[in-house]
Amino acid sequence: MPRYITTIGLEVHAQLNTRSKMFCPCAVEYGAEPNTRTCPVCLGLPGALPVLNLAAIEKTILTGLMLDCRTPDISKWDRKNYFYPDMPKNYQLTQFDQPLCIGGGVPLYELSYPKDAQKTIKNPGKVVKLTRIHLEEDVGKSTHTGAGTLLDFNRAGTPLMEIVSDPDLETAEEAFAYLNSLRQILIYGGVSEADMEKGQMRCDVNISVRPEEQKELGAKIELKNLNSVSAVRRAIHHEVARQTECLERGEKLVQSTRRWDDDRGETQLMRTKEDAHDYRYFPDPDLLPIHTSPILERMRVHKPELPHEKCARFVQDYAVSAYDANVLASEKPLANWFEQAVAADTKVPAKKIANWVINELLGHLNASNATLADSKVTPQALNQLVADVELGKISNNQAKEVFEEMFATGETPVTIIKQKGFEQVSDSGAIEKLCDEVIAANPAKVAEFKAGNDKVLNWMTGQIMKSSSGKANPKVVGDVLRGKLG
Amino acid sequence: MSLASETIASLRAKLTRKEITPVDIITDLEAAIIKQNPALHAYLSRDFDSAKRAAESADITLPLGGIPIGFKDNINVRGEPCTCGSKILAENYTATYDATVTTKLRNAGAIPFGRLNCDEFAMGSSTENSAFGPSRNPWDHARVPGGSSGGSASAVAGDIAIATLGSDTGGSIRQPAAFCGLVGLKPTYGTVSRYGLVAFASSLDQIGPMTKTVEDAAILLNHLAGKDTHDSTSLSQGSAGVSPVSDFTANLGKDIKNLRIGLPKEYFAEGIHPQIRDRVQQAVKQLESLGANIEEISLPHTGLGIATYYILAPAEASANLARFDGVRYGHRAIGTNDVLEHYFASRGEGFGPEVKRRILLGTYVLSSGYYDAYYIKAQKARTLIRDDFSAAFMKVDVILSPTSPVPPFRIGEHRDDPLAMYLADAFTVTLNLAGLPGISVPCGFIEEEGKALPVGLQLIGKPHDESTLLRTAHAYEQATEWHKQHPR
Ligand SMILES: [Zn+2]
Repeated sequence: MPRYITTIGLEVHAQLNTRSKMFCPCAVEYGAEPNTRTCPVCLGLPGALPVLNLAAIEKTILTGLMLDCRTPDISKWDRKNYFYPDMPKNYQLTQFDQPLCIGGGVPLYELSYPKDAQKTIKNPGKVVKLTRIHLEEDVGKSTHTGAGTLLDFNRAGTPLMEIVSDPDLETAEEAFAYLNSLRQILIYGGVSEADMEKGQMRCDVNISVRPEEQKELGAKIELKNLNSVSAVRRAIHHEVARQTECLERGEKLVQSTRRWDDDRGETQLMRTKEDAHDYRYFPDPDLLPIHTSPILERMRVHKPELPHEKCARFVQDYAVSAYDANVLASEKPLANWFEQAVAADTKVPAKKIANWVINELLGHLNASNATLADSKVTPQALNQLVADVELGKISNNQAKEVFEEMFATGETPVTIIKQKGFEQVSDSGAIEKLCDEVIAANPAKVAEFKAGNDKVLNWMTGQIMKSSSGKANPKVVGDVLRGKLG
Repeated sequence: MSLASETIASLRAKLTRKEITPVDIITDLEAAIIKQNPALHAYLSRDFDSAKRAAESADITLPLGGIPIGFKDNINVRGEPCTCGSKILAENYTATYDATVTTKLRNAGAIPFGRLNCDEFAMGSSTENSAFGPSRNPWDHARVPGGSSGGSASAVAGDIAIATLGSDTGGSIRQPAAFCGLVGLKPTYGTVSRYGLVAFASSLDQIGPMTKTVEDAAILLNHLAGKDTHDSTSLSQGSAGVSPVSDFTANLGKDIKNLRIGLPKEYFAEGIHPQIRDRVQQAVKQLESLGANIEEISLPHTGLGIATYYILAPAEASANLARFDGVRYGHRAIGTNDVLEHYFASRGEGFGPEVKRRILLGTYVLSSGYYDAYYIKAQKARTLIRDDFSAAFMKVDVILSPTSPVPPFRIGEHRDDPLAMYLADAFTVTLNLAGLPGISVPCGFIEEEGKALPVGLQLIGKPHDESTLLRTAHAYEQATEWHKQHPR
């Protein structure tokens, strides 16, 4: 039986989070009353003209900087002609042959892969090559009802960045990782909210399967209607299996577009190459070409530290493990939160804070299905809690109890420790008194210790903890006992 | 004499001297329009009541205070129709916004008044392509007023408008100005904002004034020109390469001694009506007598003009006119079953034959497999034509030619021969392709079938040098009597 090679390329559309639309001053706003965020330009009224939103250009060029793309000196606008009721002008302003960004790549992070695949990553450290990134305008929204089709042009003219990868991916898991990693980077750069479920990021998959001995790529099959990262993974698995079966049966695959049906877990044929549009691209005469160099220079300083750069710094500066650094850097707000907690009092070891963030904070957030933004625990409060543990004011188990309360109420550790009566007695005078009592009451144990049985010390410490109802600091108790007996 | 036959300059003088009121002007216009428009069919619509209200509250201290200006029916004026001479916009469309020129004229005190007939979507040279029927040439009602801004020309020449706006994509201001014996100015591309002008060919379209005198054209240009944040292709006076002109009337009356005027030999070759050639040559002599230096020049790629224009303009138009689909506004076919049928029926019923011809042509030249052979090649030819002018303007200040090689033709004369009509644009399209300013001024009359028909002289300027163009045109106009003649 021949082996098959899968080749995958992704086309991602990401909505930029600019305040206004691509070519008019209308607000970009979701959930507004239909057709209330429109004007002559985005409605395609006769005589209206587009004017560039510079912020959209800046954000796209910034994305190019983050993804190591090249930005040519001149970038221009083209018209893509096709008729559809949700497209007001019946042509879309886009960039055909002189996009804002060329080349570059998306690094696949270990944690971007699906959890069940992180142990079996085929190409660790892979960077998926990009073909280009260009900017275009979004279309309106059609809602089909029994009575007809309703059109809402609030979305029409929203800046949309199209990120096109090379056919450089091999598996569904890589595609999954690509989308997560890309999303993370877009959020890091503050250019897009990039939420697939909210339609802020959309993805078409080009996929082809060919027998190993065949040199040229197999027929390109495009998948549409993929509304989540996991749907992309499922769809690719399904499509690879389907195409492989076809080839095994000796069928010939033809270039086509297929629609993913998430409920049925299968793809359905939409159209074949013969129905392909001729978009009749030509340069838009209403918009001038963009001279990118001054924008590029300006945006260089805005390039943020990227997830993998942050990871490396966390390992270096905070002595956290690579895995922990990955977790902390996975989301920019989390990384910022962590760094604020560390900065609150730098005497507290960062590594300890990292453990608390990852195990307790994230654990609690996950368990309660909440996000960091919902958390009542402040970075400063966590630092205080960890400091208390480090200074021996409370035990680790007590601290977990305190954290529970902090997470639930947002109270500070000081208050909760007081309420719970957790303050440990570290005052050696009081502890000495307790030690003396125990030594006096247990001469046989003292003799055992002196004969060399170290374990007796633990027993005596236990007695003192009991008589102090747990408040004595076990470390101080141990030290005092040793001094008195040794 | 009716105030309707006066100029902006003379009315402004009378208004300032309080001899008349803005309402008097509208009243006279109303009378003239009621009397003349049925024969001329220049206005498609007008609203006397709202014009009178505007006149009552007009601020005559403003530079154009109280002056009614007619609009070609492809420029948006809020609350008014904007049919573009098409059935497709005759229903379900009322302008919801003001074009930038509308706003600017309002700010100067002018009263936007009346919608003037034009070839459908400005495609044509006669107004015969208007869905509402042709306008008439006031000099001979059997003849066309030219086009596409034919209604704008007919109204001014027929003294039923003071001054009007036209739009010029391949000669649509200058040719009707020549046919009707008026002044028509197409400014340098980018001088006047296109925002609110319904696009025909975006890289060629310019709005400009159509007036009874050169002075009026300069006055209007003062209030039309300027950078507009709504139009990326508009240019500010004083920006890179643009000479800052704060007042286009400033140089009027200055002499043209030693001005170098070039006569392109390609524009005086065969195909010109002999009497037109004669009138233009007499104008050359007149200019020479005013002190201008005349020399022959060559614009070797002139012959590519028509072909280039009729590839690029339809290409852009095919996309520009795609928005007229009856979905959001405009003519909507009834009884269609699906969206494709809706498109076919609505557009099929809404557009006239010339518009359809150009959409098809444009769609064809942009199609994959033909794009390089037509569109790209035409862009290269456009560069050659532009380079011709750049080279010529190293030697001369102004270039002179007939505006049209032919006199106004009879209505219906070219009905079955669109190509003959296209060829008549040969002297005007090259300026649009090169983005240059051009003005047509009356330079005499020829007699056809017992009627005197006006002849136009075209002066072509360097980019953004409307000032020299207006000075030259004004010097010639003041030395002649042509502009003082009115059709009987
Ligand atoms: Zn808008």
